[in-house]
Amino acid sequence: MCAELLPERITLDEWGYPIVDDRPLSPELVSHAQRAALACPTFALLVERERRRA
Amino acid sequence: MIVSEATQTAELTRSGTPLSGGGAGDPTSETVPAPGLPRLLEGVPAQGAMSLDRHLETHGELPTAKRRDRRGASALIDQIEQAGLGGRGGANFPMARKMRTVASGRGKPIVVVNATEGEPASLKDRTLLETLPHLVLDGAALAARAIGAEEAILCVCESAGAGYERAARAIAEREQLPGHWPRIALTAAPEGYVVGQESALVNHLNGGPATPTFTPPMPFERGVRRRPTLVNNAETLAHVALIARHGARWFRELGLEDQPGSTLVTLSGPLAYPGVYEVEFGASLSSLVEAAGGTSTRVRAALFGGYAGTWVDGGALSRLALSSAHLAPYGASLGAGVVLLLSEEACPVAETARVTRWLAGQSAGQCGPCVHGLDALAGTLEQIALGGQGRRGTERVERLAALVSRRGACAHPDGAVRFAMSAMEVFANELADHARHGRCEACARPSELPLPARPRPATAV
Repeated sequence: MCAELLPERITLDEWGYPIVDDRPLSPELVSHAQRAALACPTFALLVERERRRA
Repeated sequence: MIVSEATQTAELTRSGTPLSGGGAGDPTSETVPAPGLPRLLEGVPAQGAMSLDRHLETHGELPTAKRRDRRGASALIDQIEQAGLGGRGGANFPMARKMRTVASGRGKPIVVVNATEGEPASLKDRTLLETLPHLVLDGAALAARAIGAEEAILCVCESAGAGYERAARAIAEREQLPGHWPRIALTAAPEGYVVGQESALVNHLNGGPATPTFTPPMPFERGVRRRPTLVNNAETLAHVALIARHGARWFRELGLEDQPGSTLVTLSGPLAYPGVYEVEFGASLSSLVEAAGGTSTRVRAALFGGYAGTWVDGGALSRLALSSAHLAPYGASLGAGVVLLLSEEACPVAETARVTRWLAGQSAGQCGPCVHGLDALAGTLEQIALGGQGRRGTERVERLAALVSRRGACAHPDGAVRFAMSAMEVFANELADHARHGRCEACARPSELPLPARPRPATAV
């Protein structure tokens, strides 16, 4: 499911488990990422705001 | 000589594993211990556990005068910091830093002594509990006092048997000691390779399954009963018992500047006296092997750090010393003090496939890539051992390794991958032979690498 909603960043391994590319998202991908995270039945995905480094 | 040995070898070996290798005798009569050694193993009894009286005679009274004094308590943490004591559960994490973090957490802290020792090639924590339980209990009491905890939980694994009984007796013996002591509870955790991971142990003590959990929160922030929890390996606490008595400078008289002190090592393989030895960091592997009566066959390779560890080719062993710095160039570490020698008579391909299959079975079963990936990894290695795989097999192992690494909630898949990949590198010739010709003559030999008699999954979910 998540891989269909965010194919730019999520692929599936040979057993169907997601491999997430966790580099920062470009602005146009953020809403897709949020939909993918909401669709995850196990809440395994999380969209995080990038932390500013001091 | 820089070694000293625990002599209850026959008793200490796990039933049904090749580790026992017949009843070993007592080699200490021929062995001259190093000046300053033994420390932990001082006066280790040939049979049974050291009694409380004997323990206090050997090591002196436990420094208890300052027990109500907060400054006295934190002084111990300072001493441990100056001593440079690293955790002996495998990660070598600075003990003092861990204690300070727990002490400054929110809520009454709690101490957990981790003596589960799920690593099949490690016997040192079991040895400590079976022979010198008061050293571990001293350390637990001192650590509890230093961080302001009022209770400690000593965890052994279900198969501990004598270790459990002797620890229980030792805890009862200590009730005669004067002064306030933290309550020490004894509990048995299910057997399993991943049970000893901090978060799994905490999960179990909280009434859950003994499987690792996603962290954070780390146990030192929120652990047993949601309290800040100091989880320590049994040997680490045994060192605390001696540092509290003799101080940091004494501790540093052995070992290296950046890795001071002595450490317990479980040495197994084709040796006259495999067993648990105490060495100083930086001691040569050759001196340890010599203390164990030497090898009876040529050694093909040595595995450091157990089944989440790294193989080093036999050709390099004569130059090796036992410390993080000496092993780092080989990508290896001592882990929880495990050194396993594989003879040239064994088939390293069959041994690797067999242990990887066992590791796959030890998955907690929580993360898909670990469950499926390690199973596929073991299956591929088994096919390579049978032959006819060619380069395809090797490539598949490499792809699976990349697919599994860092995708679990815990370190188990990464450890299994490290073990398998280092075998692929060190045993490249044997793997190529198997790819071309299939099973070798050595494949039929009894396996050398020890595994528990009845392999069991970590949980009964």
